[in-house]
Amino acid sequence: MSNKKMITCFVEALGISEEDVVNTLEYNSIPQWDSVAHMQLIAALEEAFDIMLDTDDIIDMSSVAKARQILQKYDIGF
Amino acid sequence: MLLSGKIAIVTGATRGIGFAIAKLFIEHGAQVFVNGRDEKHVLAAIDRLKGEHDQVQPIIFDISDDNAVKTAFQTFYKSSKKLDILVNNAGILDDALIGMVTRDQIEKTFATNTFSSLYMSQYAARLMARNKFGSIINMSSIIATTGNSGQAVYSGSKAALIGITKSLAKEVAHLNIRVNAIAPGFIDTDMAHSIPAKLFQERMDSIKMKRIGQPKEVAGTALFLASELSSYVTGQVIGVDGGMLI
Repeated sequence: MSNKKMITCFVEALGISEEDVVNTLEYNSIPQWDSVAHMQLIAALEEAFDIMLDTDDIIDMSSVAKARQILQKYDIGF
Repeated sequence: MLLSGKIAIVTGATRGIGFAIAKLFIEHGAQVFVNGRDEKHVLAAIDRLKGEHDQVQPIIFDISDDNAVKTAFQTFYKSSKKLDILVNNAGILDDALIGMVTRDQIEKTFATNTFSSLYMSQYAARLMARNKFGSIINMSSIIATTGNSGQAVYSGSKAALIGITKSLAKEVAHLNIRVNAIAPGFIDTDMAHSIPAKLFQERMDSIKMKRIGQPKEVAGTALFLASELSSYVTGQVIGVDGGMLI
């Protein structure tokens, strides 16, 4: 459930397909995941999971795998 | 009632300009979170602000501490979910001639007057972005552009706020978040009365309207910038100085 929700956030914020949201996908590795899209992704994740992320976590969110790891810190189970 | 249903945080709101802003915002229907770092002062301010209103709450933390800002916003988010208005008002003044300025003075002044605005705006803008609505108001100073002997640190910290205001205004305009600054002149606050008598008189003599400004006159400008009256105004620095700088 949480994984599906997270993937939807990536799809909508970055404008990529679901198949492209893989663990190894990294920030700035594709044109769609630039800094502007990153902040849209953060907004989407915060809204979807009803959380407020720490600035350090926003900066650390450098890949899909890392995003999942960070969300777990906010008591979101995967 | 220009701010009905709006939620505002006003930093440094226990006295002076911040208190006047909180009071006016409450009178115009906003729910106001009164910030200060000293619990006793914040609660005393809330007692004075309450009257018949119950839309005033404390939010006690040191704005110069980025960790405290983070914790405060995470707590604020759990209870309020949205933020419409942020007034970065809190500031300190610690004059010294350049040869006698200490590192501690520089760090404390910039931490309170400048860095805090960045920390606060980081979190506020994210909350405001969710609703595609917000107004951030930074309290700069007339000294930011005119400079003043003995105030290199203070004026630097306030001048930086103008750059922050304009840059942030450009960055978040597409989210319907407006960012403006107010540059008060000589205002009747504890800070103004803390300067030497000779300097006080010099300042008075430089005011074209021949009187000191009142905190509520700065609050009026903050109300304008916080409300829909200024819905197409962003990236501006508005002087409230009785013609001190023309």
